[in-house]
Amino acid sequence: MAYDKFTKLTSSAVPLPIENVDTDQIIPARFLKATERKGFGDNLFRDWRYNNDETPKQDFVLNNPIYAGKILVGGKNFGSGSSREHAAWAIYDYGFRCVVSSFFADIFKGNSINIGILPVQVSEPFLEQIFQAMEADPKAELTVDLEAQTITINATGAVESFDINGYKKHNLLNGFDDIDYLQAMKEEIKTFATASAY
Amino acid sequence: MSHQPTTLFDKVWDAHVIRKIEDGPDVLFIDRHFIHEVTSPVAFLGLKTRGIDVMFPDQTFATADHNTPTINQHLPVADPLSANQLLALETNSAKYGISHWGLGNPKNGIVHVVGPENGITQPGMTIVCGDSHTSTHGAFGAIAFGIGTSEVEMVLSSQCIMQPKPKKMRINVNGVLGKAVTPKDVTLFIIAQLTAAGATGYFVEYAGDVFENMSMEGRMTVCNMSIEMGARGGMIAPDETTFNYIKGKEKAPKGDAWDKALAYWKTLQTDAAAQFDKEYSFDAADIEPMITYGTNPGMGMGISKSIPKATDLEGGIATYAKSLKYMGFEESEPMIGKKVDFVFIGSCTNGRIEDFRAFASIVKGRKKADHVTAWIVPGSHIVEAQIREEGIYDILTEAGFLLRQPGCSACLAMNDDKIPAGKYAVSTSNRNFEGRQGPGSRTLLASPLVAAAAAVTGVVTDPRELL
Repeated sequence: MAYDKFTKLTSSAVPLPIENVDTDQIIPARFLKATERKGFGDNLFRDWRYNNDETPKQDFVLNNPIYAGKILVGGKNFGSGSSREHAAWAIYDYGFRCVVSSFFADIFKGNSINIGILPVQVSEPFLEQIFQAMEADPKAELTVDLEAQTITINATGAVESFDINGYKKHNLLNGFDDIDYLQAMKEEIKTFATASAY
Repeated sequence: MSHQPTTLFDKVWDAHVIRKIEDGPDVLFIDRHFIHEVTSPVAFLGLKTRGIDVMFPDQTFATADHNTPTINQHLPVADPLSANQLLALETNSAKYGISHWGLGNPKNGIVHVVGPENGITQPGMTIVCGDSHTSTHGAFGAIAFGIGTSEVEMVLSSQCIMQPKPKKMRINVNGVLGKAVTPKDVTLFIIAQLTAAGATGYFVEYAGDVFENMSMEGRMTVCNMSIEMGARGGMIAPDETTFNYIKGKEKAPKGDAWDKALAYWKTLQTDAAAQFDKEYSFDAADIEPMITYGTNPGMGMGISKSIPKATDLEGGIATYAKSLKYMGFEESEPMIGKKVDFVFIGSCTNGRIEDFRAFASIVKGRKKADHVTAWIVPGSHIVEAQIREEGIYDILTEAGFLLRQPGCSACLAMNDDKIPAGKYAVSTSNRNFEGRQGPGSRTLLASPLVAAAAAVTGVVTDPRELL
């Protein structure tokens, strides 16, 4: 088992209604120098979160005590740019288990699932409804049900279903990862490699 | 035997699928795996924790590039964290029997420069690396894309990754490129048309006479930037230009193996009737030298134009305003004449010999502007040697420029090559994200010609005026 299982999560959320949040913002390159997967949450959104003198930027949402929770809600095209898995590690290490957006960059989405974060892609109107619910009540809770593939705004009862392929869903529900799967098919890989052109 | 017309992408992808999982990804065999010091240590740690081995160490190649210094490479690396990552790469490579071109090795350089120039990259291959600009290798008709560290661990331990097959897009550019319009301008133009997320979910094939007439260096620049419009990768069908580039390279097939490989490579073409999920066509004549004004690579424009109004673009007005505020720019103002503090030429996008030839064509007989700090960073030691052999070094030196040593350098500023807060850099690299080149840095992405024009005039300048 590679990570905690993900089944159903009910939590308040942190809103970040900005588009094109790239992985350089999620974790700047100068914080990629570790050789172990530890402590990346401290530098999550580092340059949006702290001034040069290390004092917190008061207008950034992670420094606003009103908002907390295990769900991060971002604007369109979340996680673009660099393939650094450190971005997903930082989000996980900070305490998030689910990221909601109307559109994800491919590599970030894959990296998230591979470490046990559920990326939930919703329609733009539904994303807008989530932001509105959080504006009305910063403690507004969302329920993400992986088995049912639904996300609910608890206060309004608005529900939307989301896509995830059956294989990845099974992995997340059980805490399995791709390496477990691939280790079990090594003979098949060996046979393929022997016949390979390269 | 199916006679259904297929694309280049289908041909290469389908030839590497070991297993198709119903309602899941394909298990894809990987021919070549590149690793570097930043995204591999945790993958090796994972192998150790699980007690598993590297399955095919001969198919992985390590090079140090992301946080290496670009001066005094003979000295110990001063930053202890960077030194530790470089040591981890060396130790892990030695432990598992992986080829390692570390600092000081004559083959060392940026992973996406050294792979092709040593013949490791070949048509029809699947190639991955824990770096999004792995798309570069698609220039050879390979399927090449960036992966995360969990996937690096997968490839090390099984030579496979698990990926759903992306959708297919073709981008055609036909016609004749204008004066001073380089491959970098072609890609910045395409990204500006499609936006930074316009190709997410797709794998792109570039087609048309503009790409057919392009050198391998130019094709690499274009494929490199595919990720900047969200595409997983981009590829160009291999042709005589490709074969001539590869022939004789150290790791290229030789003798009978070459003939056999060549016969196969010549089949790697999209069939005439093959279908794409999306297709775009552009006219080369519409492209002028490009420059970016915002904080994602889709925010680019012709250098003679004015910064667009938010209301003329798709996307959120608040996000656009935040971006321009960060850059210190206003809507509707021109970019020409804006003061430039730094110029960076290098990176996996524009760190090859052709890029330095272009840069030298403008700086020859001119002087670096006094207030400009210029970082001239070759992509590899082989490129560095070419710069010296061709006399480009002398042109640079006479104009007041210093040639540095190879590495990723100011593209992502993991080493000391950081643009200070608030300063403007005309950069031939690939990303203009907030703080990408150092906290608070402001990046204007452009071609080597636009970079050279800025370096000698000290302001954003149309290179057509200097050629």
